[in-house]
Amino acid sequence: MGIQNILWQVAKKSFTGSIIGLTISDRCCSVVPVRGDSMSPTFNPQRNSYLDDYVLVDKFCLKDYKFARGDVVVFSSPTHFGDRYIKRIVGMPGEWISSSRDVIRVPEGHCWVEGDNKTSSLDSRSFGPIPLGLIQGRVTRVMWPPQRISKIGR
Amino acid sequence: MTSPSSSFWNTASREAMKSGMFVAKVYCFLHVTTNYLGFMAYAYGPSMIPTLHPSGNMLLAERISKRYQKPSRGDIVVIRSPENPNKTPIKRVVGVEGDCISFVIDPVKSDESQTIVVPKGHVFVQGDYTHNSRDSRNFGPVPYGLIQGRVLWRVWPFQDFGPLGPTPT
Repeated sequence: MGIQNILWQVAKKSFTGSIIGLTISDRCCSVVPVRGDSMSPTFNPQRNSYLDDYVLVDKFCLKDYKFARGDVVVFSSPTHFGDRYIKRIVGMPGEWISSSRDVIRVPEGHCWVEGDNKTSSLDSRSFGPIPLGLIQGRVTRVMWPPQRISKIGR
Repeated sequence: MTSPSSSFWNTASREAMKSGMFVAKVYCFLHVTTNYLGFMAYAYGPSMIPTLHPSGNMLLAERISKRYQKPSRGDIVVIRSPENPNKTPIKRVVGVEGDCISFVIDPVKSDESQTIVVPKGHVFVQGDYTHNSRDSRNFGPVPYGLIQGRVLWRVWPFQDFGPLGPTPT
């Protein structure tokens, strides 16, 4: 009886906690790791280091999808469902972008994203402008490792 | 001297904390339900005639299946518009990745048609009323990531209460 009661209490507490945690990570902010060196000077500056950067993702910007040029954003890949990339917005709707092949105009409701490390980055140069609806948050600061805690500039 | 009033304020603050926690929990529960299980969508406008009424429908959409399987042809889906991320139109999936789709570009003006292959990770969505619908014929195939949910039931108006599923078009 006592053990059952305790188990029930623990289950209830953990259920409530997970629901609150999910809500905070969806609505407010969350911390995600950065893999790969496509954003190299900004995140993961040392090649092959085992310490990936962890960044704080702000989700308040998803209310009205207002972004500016230079924001670093997390978005889900348009071609591989489930993958998430971190890149920098280089072109906003209505601007002209010169890609490797030709000059194109970013369509309405889309944006042009590129990695800071141009040589090894899979970005809009290969899959074209992405819809703003794919964006899942704006990266505001580096949280880990401790010596690299800093704000992300535009 | 101050004990009655302080005990009053203690009780009041405890009650306020309790009800605040309750409201927060309900809010979190609602958020998780609508973000991970299903939500109510409001459809308005002529683009899905005859499946949906142009005057307004409440629909029940679910978000579970998109995690485990890709959308299939004929599903009615809620998408986030690629042209304006604040709009969520409701369309029917006509083609999945790898399909070859031919469509008439503008049925009102001419019958000039175009054929495209739907790229990997995208779906081709179209309204049922092709003469008055803004869909993939205008803005191209839509990535999976923009699909918000699959419409299951019509809830309102009540006389048409029932499941909405893939129907041959």
